[in-house]
Amino acid sequence: MKQWIEKQRYLIDFTLASLARRKTRNLGLLGVYILLVFVLASVALYTHALRIEAGKVLAASPEVILQRLVAGRHDLIPPGYIDRVGRIRGVQKKEGRLWGYYYDAVVKANYTFMVPNAGGVEKGEIVVGPALERSRGLAAGNGISFRSYSGKLHTFIVADVLPQASELVSADLVLMHEEDFRAFFDYPSGHFTDIALTVANPLEVRNVALKLSAALPDSRPILRDEVLRTYASIFDWREGIVLALLSAAILAFGILAWEKASGLSADEKREIGILKAIGWETGDIIKMKFWEGLLISLTAFLVGFVAAYLHVFYYAATLFEPVLKGWSVLYPRFQLTPHIDGLQVATLFFFTVFPYAAAVLVPIWKAAITDPDAVMRG
Amino acid sequence: MIELSGIRKAFNQGQHNEYWALNGIDLAIEANKVTALRGPSGSGKTTLLTLVGCLARPTEGRVRLKREDISGLPERFLTEIRRRTFGFIFQQFNLIKGLTALENIILPAYPTGQPRRELLERAETLLANLKLGHRRDAKVEWLSGGEQQRVAICRALINDPEAVIADEPTANLDTHLAKEFMAILEALAGEGRTILLTSHDPLVVESAVVDRVVDMRDGVIVDCG
Repeated sequence: MKQWIEKQRYLIDFTLASLARRKTRNLGLLGVYILLVFVLASVALYTHALRIEAGKVLAASPEVILQRLVAGRHDLIPPGYIDRVGRIRGVQKKEGRLWGYYYDAVVKANYTFMVPNAGGVEKGEIVVGPALERSRGLAAGNGISFRSYSGKLHTFIVADVLPQASELVSADLVLMHEEDFRAFFDYPSGHFTDIALTVANPLEVRNVALKLSAALPDSRPILRDEVLRTYASIFDWREGIVLALLSAAILAFGILAWEKASGLSADEKREIGILKAIGWETGDIIKMKFWEGLLISLTAFLVGFVAAYLHVFYYAATLFEPVLKGWSVLYPRFQLTPHIDGLQVATLFFFTVFPYAAAVLVPIWKAAITDPDAVMRG
Repeated sequence: MIELSGIRKAFNQGQHNEYWALNGIDLAIEANKVTALRGPSGSGKTTLLTLVGCLARPTEGRVRLKREDISGLPERFLTEIRRRTFGFIFQQFNLIKGLTALENIILPAYPTGQPRRELLERAETLLANLKLGHRRDAKVEWLSGGEQQRVAICRALINDPEAVIADEPTANLDTHLAKEFMAILEALAGEGRTILLTSHDPLVVESAVVDRVVDMRDGVIVDCG
């Protein structure tokens, strides 16, 4: 046993010395490899964290949103419409919501004005999202004026700024009192933007939606699960776009790494011959070279993955943010909650470490099984 | 110690460029003696060395080491025999660049898993015996031809083999260094090791150290010595 351990120590020693002897080649290879893992892991970690974030944010939203359609376009909910919904089994709560978009010419950005159903915002006051706080330099207690679509100027006092944690969806949000909202948009009294329905049993949601469609043929029920699925496919699509754009570069890196790994230099072949001639077994040589490949690919995987983790969760994925996040003007500035999916890591590991280890082994095996008598002939 | 009977060795067998390097060799190499294979280039000396040293297998015929037939053994066992029984000194020295003299010397002992301290002690003794102690930490590519050969000799002796095989050991040395090599060879023979070498250098084959000269030509033995 002691001999076996000592032998493995020698093999690892020699492997490390061998790596150090081809410093330039191995460092170059390691650099390329790290970059490859970094790009792939960044995209995967970022889109996965966005999906998780979207799920968390939507967890608090109503299960069904009912919109009224006129000529296939979203229209206001007229007075009395909510009562027409009637009593549907499984629906715990139904309430009209008020929200709309406002274009702020000063910062050339769209805001979402909304009336919180729970109330909490006094008349003449607003609560703003963090992006607004930054772009307009607002703080609690400041006053701000918006010119409404009818041309009138409305002034509000900022009561509070929404917390950073919810910035993914609240960046451009302005919460205000119902009366202020109706006055600002000249919103007819008794009308609502849409209706939010709370359904306790998730299995009932589809039935509720079917009953709503039957009872109100001019309406469109939107399910939270569908919104989530849409978000997921948007992020998947963006991930796909980024990977497609990078595929040429990834392929080039891949070929370079493969070429470097699988091509044995004349020096290496000679070295294998010498080791065999002086009494190393084929298995020892394969093991040694396997350690060499594994060491490079594992180091690259770990460094690349940790760098991607830092890039995504501590530096807000600066490199891929514009493509992956996709907000038009007011970029939400948020820290994603670190989240790692085991299967994703395993997949990335399999597709980066395994091909390299295989690429290294095949030529080594070929060189190692040949008779060592070639060294005798110089 | 080593008996060869009916040995034939072909390269590229079955192909249009098939070539028989050895064509019926019967030879017994005595233990504790210095045997030299002499002959022009292409006579089959080096091929014969590779067969004796278990670096290759014969196409036909038998190789017996201490009466045991080793010609049909699987590669693993041949490697084991090679490591335990033979030390090699190659014409081009075949040291591994980038490693120090000491590291090169202990390389053949790695697969044995002996404690590092013992290995280093043995290597340093060998280096001291060949007056190369001061160069132990020098990378081999910085050494002169003579020094490289002495490192190669130390490496050949690290596993304390019974037999030493040397292929054209003086081909890359000047007369002075060649004489030094012969002195080392004499010392090795004095220790009771079996030595088999190839050479066409008169300084070697005509030396008193060599007990027997076997002449070869065109893959056959022309004079058994």
